[in-house]
Amino acid sequence: MAEVTLTGISKSYGAAVALDDVSLTIPDGGFVVLLGPTGAGKTTTLRMVSGLDKADTGMVTIGGRDVASLTPAQRDVAMVFQQYSLYPHLTVRQNLEFPLKSPILQTPRAEIDRKVGAVAEVLQISHKLDNKATALSGGEMQRVSIGRALVREPSVYLMDEPLSSLDAKLRSDLRIELKSIQADSGATMLYVTHDQTEAMTMATHVGVLDDGKLVQFGSPRDIYENPVSVYAASRLGQPRINVLPSDVFGGAPKNATRIGLRPEQIMQGEGEDSFVQRVEHLGDQTRLHLSFKSHDLITVTDAHTTLKEGDIIQIRPDNAFYFDASGARVS
Amino acid sequence: MSFSVTEPTKGTKWFAGVFVALYAVITLVPLLWIVATGFKSPADSIAYPPVVVFEPSLEGYVNLFTERTRATPDMLEAAGPAETWYDQITRERGTVISGPSRYGERFLNSVIIGFGSTFLCMALGTMAAYAFSRFKVPLKDDLLFFILSTRMMPPIAVAIPIFLMFRNLGLNDTHLGMILLYTAVNLSLSVWLLKGFIDEIPIEYEEAALIDGYTRFQAFYKVVLPQAATGIASTAIFCLIFAWNEYAFAVLLTSGTAQTAPPFIPTIIGTSGKDWPAVAAGATIFLVPVMVFTILLRKHLLRGITFGAVRK
Repeated sequence: MAEVTLTGISKSYGAAVALDDVSLTIPDGGFVVLLGPTGAGKTTTLRMVSGLDKADTGMVTIGGRDVASLTPAQRDVAMVFQQYSLYPHLTVRQNLEFPLKSPILQTPRAEIDRKVGAVAEVLQISHKLDNKATALSGGEMQRVSIGRALVREPSVYLMDEPLSSLDAKLRSDLRIELKSIQADSGATMLYVTHDQTEAMTMATHVGVLDDGKLVQFGSPRDIYENPVSVYAASRLGQPRINVLPSDVFGGAPKNATRIGLRPEQIMQGEGEDSFVQRVEHLGDQTRLHLSFKSHDLITVTDAHTTLKEGDIIQIRPDNAFYFDASGARVS
Repeated sequence: MSFSVTEPTKGTKWFAGVFVALYAVITLVPLLWIVATGFKSPADSIAYPPVVVFEPSLEGYVNLFTERTRATPDMLEAAGPAETWYDQITRERGTVISGPSRYGERFLNSVIIGFGSTFLCMALGTMAAYAFSRFKVPLKDDLLFFILSTRMMPPIAVAIPIFLMFRNLGLNDTHLGMILLYTAVNLSLSVWLLKGFIDEIPIEYEEAALIDGYTRFQAFYKVVLPQAATGIASTAIFCLIFAWNEYAFAVLLTSGTAQTAPPFIPTIIGTSGKDWPAVAAGATIFLVPVMVFTILLRKHLLRGITFGAVRK
């Protein structure tokens, strides 16, 4: 329910640069996913918005208001941490009530009970409300900590890999739940993840961070189909994009040194011979591990393929990406 | 690497039980002896060989709490029959109670000064430890070393400067003076111990509280303190035991209004003979508050062990 902007944010911890001149607009009601490996600056970005850390330079606004002078409590944001999220000395119910009882919100008792009950229902933790927070399983703990953010109904949600510690089934359930909560409430969400399914299915926008710099920002589809660099291209896609020297197929543009092939950019059945090293049947699709001119490639094929190890298959690139020596896209 | 964990055999358990019981008896003998002496008659208390089985008497306790004057048989007769059981005890010794002793006051002084300085020490100590643990403090390491260095000599080494300082400030023989002194001596210990405990508490909890709408102090109070309870309890026990038992400064700096029990107890022995039962009774009662305090907090210590069960 508020637009969040970051303008020229830089932050260093000692000699380590965590964020380098990052500018980013998270539209009102947007679901922005930040992608990048550990150390890229994803969590630091969340900390800038939450107010847990102050930027060295640059400005953060929430709902059009410069928040530099506001404490985390005054910013009306809720944050889900990757770990250590629950107050261990409180019960589940007390954990969920904690933000509502804060001096900032001072929610009336009846209202607290209603909200806690509703959130517990959604997250399927109603039966655990009177347990000690430490008596929960990891998945339950993380659901409670998501619940603690949800009860607040803040204008901005900040989530730092909230689903990473959950098992696959719970993760996909909660993914859908989170997305629908966000869509229904119209809240603005800034979400950090390593998981590409989460990024592709939940995000309205994806920001790709590389070593403290925002290298690409756009819709997930845009980033998938139109990456600006090898780095951005390899953030999304399962299996990952194959990167080979550009001369293995020929026809590369001048100054391109590498060719990037997503599985669907490898045409099968024509072109040059490659050797099938391994066939992985995943049920809905089949992955082929190919050896092509002594390079390894991974692509997908029909779920019911009859290909097997040792077969020869012809491949050629189809609308591949080309990158120059620095990794930037060449068209 | 593998560990082999074997269930102890019955014999081992039996041996361990006997060993622990023996050790407990050996450690507790002096204590038991003090408690027993408190209930002996003066004659039994100095009997040789020492008596283990004796007829219990409350004379020590009566003498502890009363001032008595020697009375001639005529005077005793004139006073009429004893009205109370403690009158009775003193009359058997040819004395009459002339008033209460000062033990009650001294004991109360110990309680005020001991618990007061412990409370102050914990209040200041937790906040200082929190600041050292969480904030960028200029010259942090030097400051911490400086704080610790105040414990590198026996406190009594600075007795004379402190005596002069207290005299100039009018703190001699005041409760406030003794509370401040014991707090100052204990503070280095409490800051160091508590900093260690607070360091162990992940900072994420406070950050979560800050975002949940609480101020820094509220986060400290509502989130850090409950989790530091184990450390606070054990540190408080250390501080109380020091302040409670301290003798040298108490002798030097207190004489009347603020005198604590440790310098007073030896004076009970009196001029008219060796009243060991009264001294032992004074020591026995003096032990009780620290014991109760430790037992109360021990529950807390045990509960503290299960506290940190958080998935990393």
